[in-house]
Amino acid sequence: MSVNERVLSYPIPVEAALEPPAEWAELRGACPVAHVTLPSGDRARLLTRYEDVKQVLADPRFTRLLNAPDAARLSDTEDGGLFGSEMAAIIPDSGEEHQRWRRLVGRWFTAKRMSALRPAMARIAEDLIDEMVERGAPGDLKASLGFPLPVYVICDMLGVPAADRERFSYWSDTLLNLTRYGKEEVEAAQAEFFQYMSDHLAARRAAPGEDLLSELIAAGGPEEGGLSDIQILVTGMALLVAGHETTANMIGKMVSMLLADRSRWERLLADPALVRTAVEESLRMDANSGFGLPRYLKEETEVAGTSLPRGTTVICSMAAANRDEGAFEAADRMDLSRSPNPHLAFGAGAHSCLGQALARTELQVVLEVLLRRLPGLELAVPVEELRRVEGLAVGGLQTVPVRW
Amino acid sequence: MKVVVDEDKCCGAGQCVLIAPEVFDQREDDGIVVLLEPEPAVELHGQVREAAAVCPAAAIEVVEPA
Repeated sequence: MSVNERVLSYPIPVEAALEPPAEWAELRGACPVAHVTLPSGDRARLLTRYEDVKQVLADPRFTRLLNAPDAARLSDTEDGGLFGSEMAAIIPDSGEEHQRWRRLVGRWFTAKRMSALRPAMARIAEDLIDEMVERGAPGDLKASLGFPLPVYVICDMLGVPAADRERFSYWSDTLLNLTRYGKEEVEAAQAEFFQYMSDHLAARRAAPGEDLLSELIAAGGPEEGGLSDIQILVTGMALLVAGHETTANMIGKMVSMLLADRSRWERLLADPALVRTAVEESLRMDANSGFGLPRYLKEETEVAGTSLPRGTTVICSMAAANRDEGAFEAADRMDLSRSPNPHLAFGAGAHSCLGQALARTELQVVLEVLLRRLPGLELAVPVEELRRVEGLAVGGLQTVPVRW
Repeated sequence: MKVVVDEDKCCGAGQCVLIAPEVFDQREDDGIVVLLEPEPAVELHGQVREAAAVCPAAAIEVVEPA
């Protein structure tokens, strides 16, 4: 049976940790609006072409209201996991309300603010690398560097203690993992996380700091152009989760891709000015970026000549779109100097990733420091032995064993 | 070359500032694009084209001389 006729199980299982599933090319070619079954058992449509994914992500008719009664549930926990939860709906989805939220929070993530954080990020990266080297080779680059660095940075921005990072990590995982945890465990974790953030905000109200959450509180309520208490709380939780798993996993995947063919690493050693474009190309090439972005359709619409009824849930695979030959020349080749590189790793349109300047800066700084400090870095296992984390909405590798 | 930005479309991603800091900035109070150089010098044209091509909100328009 061709991909055109069958209903694929989604996410599509893949053997190789860094390679895309063979189905992507087939789907882009013959079945750009495919039928899929989600981990919950519910049905959705999967988009894999660059133009379609870009168009849908920027189209306000495709909403993020995955808590609608007829929207597909992603996981089999009752509320459908992170995207479908009541909490996700507290941040405004569209229009002026969304724009106001976006701008209040977005001012904390400007390119200039992120550039100002570079020296501090570089110091954290150097310390973490020193500690990894001290423990001796081989080391796990993910646990030693990839995970802690973004966590320290986001904790500092939010004014929450990095010492609590093990708990944040667990809460993030329960929110982002679509298959590993049962309903009761997810609900208990969410309640704990909610209480933690609620206590943290109460403490900040009493004794404000210079962090993002203190400033959101200081901006006043909705009538003063600020956010409501519950919106601040959910924003804090969302930023903590988003700042955790995404860049943390991407650091390990980026370094693995660059070391998988060591001529890439050597090219960067010879020309560190390529770091910026190499980071973008790693984001584009990431075949293990996770679930993709789900959207819920509030009115009938057409995508790639296929009519989609109201109530359809669509999954946008940015990773498949980023391998589209129609959008990128030699799309399967990793070109460290590719420019321009309009990949969709951070989404597109009004909802494109709020923290993308932070993520980019962290990835660039990590790569610069690694090239300088550990030029002899190499994978300590054959690339075939790298294993994906299963079930996570944000894709990652279980470990990234390296020596230097 | 002339550059036009659309503040309403802008989502504050900051890609333009990272790529062409002499031409683009972001407002401190909301992260929205500020156009520093509506007619950038020739040596900046490559950066400006790249910034426009990768803007996730398609908020930058580049008008090339005919």
